Amino acid sequence: MDKMPKWADVVLTPVISLVLAMAISALVILAIGESPTLALKTMVDGALGSSYGWGFTLYYTTNFIFTGLAVAVAYHASLFNIGGEGQAMMGGLGVALVCLMIDWPHWGIALPAAMVGAALFGAAWALIPAWLQARRGSHIVITTIMFNFIAAALLNYVLVNILRPVGSMDPASARFPEGTHLPALTDMAAALGIEWGKHTPVNITFFIALSACLLVWLLIWRSRLGYEIRALGRSEPGALYAGISPVRITVLAMLISGGLAGLMAINNVMGESERLVLNAVEGAGFIGIAVALMGRNHPLGVLLAALLFGFLYQGGGELALWTSIPRELIIVIQALVILFTGALDNMVRMPLERIFLSLRKRRVI
Amino acid sequence: MAAAAQHAGGRPETAAPHAIELRGISKAFGPVQANKDIDLCVRKGSIHGIIGENGAGKSTLMSILYGFYKPDRGQILINGKPTTITDSQTAIRAGVGMVFQHFKLVQNFTVLENIILGVEDGALLRPSLAKARGVLKKLAAEYQLNVDPDETIDELSVGHQQRVEILKALYRQADILILDEPTGVLTPAEADHLFRILEGLKAEGKTIVLITHKLREIMEITDTVSVMRRGEMVASVETAGTSPEELAELMVGRKVLLNVEKAPADPGAPVLEVRDLRLVDDEGVERLRGISFDIRAGEIMGIAGVSGNGQTQLLELLGGFPAAGAKVSGSIRMNGQELDLTGSRSDAATRRARGIGHVPEDRQAEGLIMDFTAWENVAFGYHHAPEYNRGLLMDNAAIRRDAEQKMERFDVRPRNPNLAARNFSGGNQQKLVVAREIERNPALLLVGQPTRGVDIGAIEFIHKRIVELRDAGKAVLLVSVELDEILSLSDRIAVMFDGRIMGERLPSATTTGELGLLMAGITDVDQHAADEGIPPEHRHVESLPDDNAPGEAR
Repeated sequence: MDKMPKWADVVLTPVISLVLAMAISALVILAIGESPTLALKTMVDGALGSSYGWGFTLYYTTNFIFTGLAVAVAYHASLFNIGGEGQAMMGGLGVALVCLMIDWPHWGIALPAAMVGAALFGAAWALIPAWLQARRGSHIVITTIMFNFIAAALLNYVLVNILRPVGSMDPASARFPEGTHLPALTDMAAALGIEWGKHTPVNITFFIALSACLLVWLLIWRSRLGYEIRALGRSEPGALYAGISPVRITVLAMLISGGLAGLMAINNVMGESERLVLNAVEGAGFIGIAVALMGRNHPLGVLLAALLFGFLYQGGGELALWTSIPRELIIVIQALVILFTGALDNMVRMPLERIFLSLRKRRVI
Repeated sequence: MAAAAQHAGGRPETAAPHAIELRGISKAFGPVQANKDIDLCVRKGSIHGIIGENGAGKSTLMSILYGFYKPDRGQILINGKPTTITDSQTAIRAGVGMVFQHFKLVQNFTVLENIILGVEDGALLRPSLAKARGVLKKLAAEYQLNVDPDETIDELSVGHQQRVEILKALYRQADILILDEPTGVLTPAEADHLFRILEGLKAEGKTIVLITHKLREIMEITDTVSVMRRGEMVASVETAGTSPEELAELMVGRKVLLNVEKAPADPGAPVLEVRDLRLVDDEGVERLRGISFDIRAGEIMGIAGVSGNGQTQLLELLGGFPAAGAKVSGSIRMNGQELDLTGSRSDAATRRARGIGHVPEDRQAEGLIMDFTAWENVAFGYHHAPEYNRGLLMDNAAIRRDAEQKMERFDVRPRNPNLAARNFSGGNQQKLVVAREIERNPALLLVGQPTRGVDIGAIEFIHKRIVELRDAGKAVLLVSVELDEILSLSDRIAVMFDGRIMGERLPSATTTGELGLLMAGITDVDQHAADEGIPPEHRHVESLPDDNAPGEAR
């Protein structure tokens, strides 16, 4: 029997974790002599108070949805993919190569091609750790995190030595051709006659991210492959008994996971910077871990958690801009949220379970 | 009613306080009432059995006595004194020791280190170890509890590990010893030795509570027996004044046929032909050493043997999932067609496609995904079947409908396909697996330990279904460590020992004694039987070193 109702598990636990994280953040802000209420107000206004703020929040959200889904899919096969960062970097390389390959006539053609490039490069970067795990038993946590460093070094090399335009001092690729420019949400809203989110980076990729949530849900809970992924994740002897090949499923789950992480590059590389720069991922791969943890590895949960972290990211930036709270402290606040919603999940969950158990007992007697 | 039975003996010592007396113990887990107003009296210096189906509340009751759970209501008296047991430490101080079904030993510690674990006399180990060594020597002499004190636990046979558990309790000066399903992991010889130890302990005035679901053990060794059913104590009687049939009836609340009624087999053409099957595992140990046998249509072939003699490897190999790194040779033919032993077409999915169903030995790790719902588990292994799929996606509604029907036909309770497998009792979990495999109408059904940890009602049901499958002209390979099950269900019996088949017997023409000798690896059993004209005495088996079966493989 489940210890507490589903709504408490899915909603109440993260909300309480969040409140705890906010309370401690408030104490920290108080300690440096600033006002927590003003800080909160600045964050909310900056991230959610205007269409401009929303534009940035949703841009970050899009990144986190992809990396969060990547962690979630692997998790269902009980693989802890913490290589989202490197896979997203390589996805960026794939996008850049596709975009620079020819002079694309229209984004409508460039987008699917770039998506294939992003997913392929991300998946390829996950393939080697997956293969090592499936065949040699090398632990995927170790290999994926090492592959993050290899990806960073590789990207550095490629940008400096191959993709850098002649004469440029900047370790970045050339600008993508005009035909790869993705429609921003502002433009799309303007086409509908609505003025919304001027000068914000959020673009059509947001909708791709939303459909990715739906597709991942279909994959995990409605498809045979998802069934096999979940079966392997719960019991390897069971999978063998059922004729499910652990090698095949491990590799496939990691390919999908890496592909999703790679797809993030559509948003930040193709949609925002329109060229490939160093450190384009900005830690989104790691935030994806927290997003998946908080979202209980369910696409809907990932979407909501990504929204929260998008808010924290954008609100944090505003905080640095408008108050004298230093940037480092904003990272502390974000870290507190990750700590409470991810790592300290059981600290909240277990007392809650006890409360619900005793409540139920009282009802029975 | 419990108290009345206790005084039935009328012996003088009944006047002394009971070793254990429980009064009105109740315990609920959420809405589940695990123990309801339990009264129990255990006479000092007696062996008292507690018997009941799975989920009857035996283990909960003993966990209360050992301080793992706090009772909601009720009183515990130890040696006549009201005692509050809050944790295992207070239980030990009150003189209660417990031997769990799954031993709580540190595998890479020596026997001596395990014995003093938690009761060291100071910061330095040496004096405690020396003291324990002395005590151990005395106990060993007194109760035949011989164990090498310097051997590490992982080097010991299961029977010896159990002795260490008993020694641990005795070292902590337990007067009352509770044993939870102690013979579940033992060979018959080890079980006999255990019973002699228990008799010895009883003679020294110790009180023993034996929890089991094996009627034969209750009849063999206990003085008094209490029967539990659905959280209630339904009877406490003198063992001498009852019968297995009566106890079984009390356990399930209705008459149970302990023997399976079946018509004589009408075997047809061979379905499975196994020739010279060999398997060397990844550690280089030869687990199967040339197994050959046939099973024909409409026949149940039983494989008897002490667990760990290659049966698991045989089942896994036939089912298509030998352990990783195993080297396999030999041949398996199914309806005359050769089956691949290696490569991508040797997996379980291919075996299923060839008509091999499999009820695996370990239903919780293999047969079911415990976190999956019942309906998801009904498709497990057959999730590629066309009727479970629609286009790219699985047809969850169709699977759910199918699950509902199977649960109806196999009387799986509760009849809720949306419940996770782990929330069903052992018997109902097994019914789910059996339903899934039998309803596919396989040409050959592999069945491993079909009734392990399954209550009597479900055992009867599962046996019936297996016989029905046979009567429908299918072949069945039954592997079980329960001799009774093998004898009552099989049409032909093969005995496995150390990776070989020691011989085949007809159930009508053999005895447990003869099979027991074969299980212990004694091959001249025919000679033996011929000489004496009767099956050999049990004590021939006992005179063997009781851990020689696994040792042989090294």
